[in-house]
Amino acid sequence: MASTGDLEPTHYPARRAAQVALHYLNTHHGSPFRVFGLQQVHKASAEDVAAGGRKYKLDFSVTDWGSGSAGPALRCSADVLFPRTERHSAPKVELHCEALQQINSTAQEDDAFYQKYISPDSTVSARDIPDSFGNMSEEMQPFWRLARVAASFIMLRESSENTEFNMAKVASITQQESSEEQLMLEFVVLLHDFPSQEIVQWKLLASWSPDRGVRVLQTEWQPRCPHATKPPN
Amino acid sequence: MRVYLAVFALLALDFWTHAVSTERPVDILVPHSSLNAVKVFLKKNNIPFTVMINNVQELLVREREEMVHNAEMERKSKSFNFAAYHDLETIYSFMDTLVASHSNLISKVNIGRTYENRTMYVLKFSTGGVKKPAIWIDAGIHAREWISHATAVWLADRIATDFMGNRAPVPSILSHMDIFLMIVANPDGYVFTHLSPNPHYRLWRKSRSATSNPKCPGVDLNRNWDAEFGGPGASDDPCAEDYRGPSAQSEIEVKNIVDFIMNHGNFKSFITIHSYMQLLMYPYGYSGTDAPDQPELHDVATSASKALNSWHGTVYKVGSIFHTIKPASGASVDWAYLRGIKYSFAFELRDTGRYGFLLPADQIVSTARETWFALRYIMKYVCDHPY
Repeated sequence: MASTGDLEPTHYPARRAAQVALHYLNTHHGSPFRVFGLQQVHKASAEDVAAGGRKYKLDFSVTDWGSGSAGPALRCSADVLFPRTERHSAPKVELHCEALQQINSTAQEDDAFYQKYISPDSTVSARDIPDSFGNMSEEMQPFWRLARVAASFIMLRESSENTEFNMAKVASITQQESSEEQLMLEFVVLLHDFPSQEIVQWKLLASWSPDRGVRVLQTEWQPRCPHATKPPN
Repeated sequence: MRVYLAVFALLALDFWTHAVSTERPVDILVPHSSLNAVKVFLKKNNIPFTVMINNVQELLVREREEMVHNAEMERKSKSFNFAAYHDLETIYSFMDTLVASHSNLISKVNIGRTYENRTMYVLKFSTGGVKKPAIWIDAGIHAREWISHATAVWLADRIATDFMGNRAPVPSILSHMDIFLMIVANPDGYVFTHLSPNPHYRLWRKSRSATSNPKCPGVDLNRNWDAEFGGPGASDDPCAEDYRGPSAQSEIEVKNIVDFIMNHGNFKSFITIHSYMQLLMYPYGYSGTDAPDQPELHDVATSASKALNSWHGTVYKVGSIFHTIKPASGASVDWAYLRGIKYSFAFELRDTGRYGFLLPADQIVSTARETWFALRYIMKYVCDHPY
C-alpha cells in the first residue's frame, strides 16, 4: 500500500526517499571532512511511472556533519526513482543542491590528511569506531567519515521503498597498500535498517584521494550470525 | 519551689520547660550522674514524675547516624555521573541511593523477574494516597538504545529535585497523581549489551529468552503486547530483530508490566522511551486509521515537541507510529491505548542516524533535559485533563 500524489513530509515514505537522495549526495560529495545528513523534508510527492516504478519528487534540507552544529543548511531538490523489477535494482537519483560550491571548502584538511596517510609506512588499523559509549578519537573521525561515505554506495544500492539505512558502526578499518596514489582502506561496516531494525554487515574496499574522491572497489555481504544464509535482497 | 530550683541548679539539671506555677508540669533533662539524686529528691518531696525518654543520648546518637547516612546518600546522588552510560548494577545502585535520599517521595517496587531471573524495578513517586491516578514511563525496552536508560536515570533525579525544590509543576502534579518510572524494562538485554563492544552484543535489541530456534534467542519486547498481535510489522521468525514471540505477552518482562498496570487499574498516561530518530508518536502502530483521540493526541504531542525544541533547538517530528515509522503490531502504546489509557505516547530520542544507537555520552544530559521539557508538558496536560 503506498500513496500517490502529495506526501506528508514527516511520514516515512518521504523520509525514506530523502534518505536515498542523501546517500547519493554523499557518494558524490562526501569526503573525510564532509558527510551530509538529512535535516528535514519540506515537500514531497510520488507517482507511479511507466515501466512499473515509483518516482518521488522531494524538496529537503541537509546539513554537513563535518562542520558540527555551526554548519548552514543546504536546500536540495531530488527525483528518486525506485524501479519495480523482479530482482532488486538500485534506485536512480537526480539531485540538485543550492550553493553546494559555496560551502566552505575542505581542501586544506583533505590535503593534510592525504599527505599524512599516503606514505608507504602508514598502516592505520582500528576497531569499533565509535566505541560502545559513542566515543571516537579525533584522529579516527576522518576515517569514520570515509567509511560513512563508502557505506553510502552500498546503502544507495541496497535501498528500496521499504528500507531506511544508516551506518550504525564501523567494526574495523584496515589500511591497505596505497595504489595509484589512492589511499586504500578496507572497512567492515554495520548498517542499520530502521523499518526492520536489522543490522547488516558489509566488508568493503574503498579508495580515496582529494582529486578522485571516494570510490568503492569491492563489497562483500557478511553473515553476522550462524543462522544467516543469504543477503536481504 | 525556689528551694527546689536552687537544688536542681546544684545538680546541673537542664530545664526543657520552665517552672511557671505549681499546677503545670516541668520537663527536666537529667545527667546520668545526677539520676539517682534527682529521683531520691523528688520521691522524698512527694513530687510526682514520669520518665519520658529513658536515654536521650541514645536518641541523639541514632539521629546523628541517620543524618550522616542521609548526607552520604545525598553526596552519592550528587556525585553520580549523569553524563555517562552505566551498567545495570550501577543503575540499580543509583535507584537505591535515590530512594534513600528521598524516602518521603520515592519507593522502589519489585514487579517481577526477567527470563534470566533478574528483578524488574519501578520507581514510584508518590505523596501518598491510595491508587491515585498515575503516569507510567518506561525506558530501555530495547537493550541497545542506551540513551533511553540514561535519560530515565536523569529524569528520576530531576523529578525528585524539582519536588524537593518546590519547582512547578512537579509538586502540583504529584499532589494529584503518582508517577511510576521504570528505568530498565529489559534488564537481561541491557546486561547483554555490556558484555562486549562487539556489535553482536552492543547492538542487541531483544530480550534473551530461548526461542524455537536455538541459534536465535530473544523476542522484540515491543511487538509482544496484546494489541493486534500477529498483525503487520512484526515477524514470526525468531531470528528477526522484530520477532513478536510465540504469543501475546509470552515474554515475562511484558507480562510483569501488564499485570502491574492492570492490577493498579488507575493509570491515565503511558509513555515509552526509545531511540533513535527524534520522533514523538501516538497510537496506532498496527493500523493507519486515526485513533479516536487523534486530534487531541496530535496537539499534545506537537506542543510537547515544541517545548522540547525550545531548549536546544532539537527538531522532533510528530505523528502516529503507523505513519511515522511503519506499521507495527503488538506495540506497548497500542496496548495501553486499547486498555483505555488515553494519553499514550512513544518517544524516539536523539539522534537521526549520525551516531544512532552509539550516541556520545556528552549528549546525555542535553538529551535528557530537552526530553524533560516535553515530558513535563505532557504530565501537566494529563494532570489538568482528568478523565
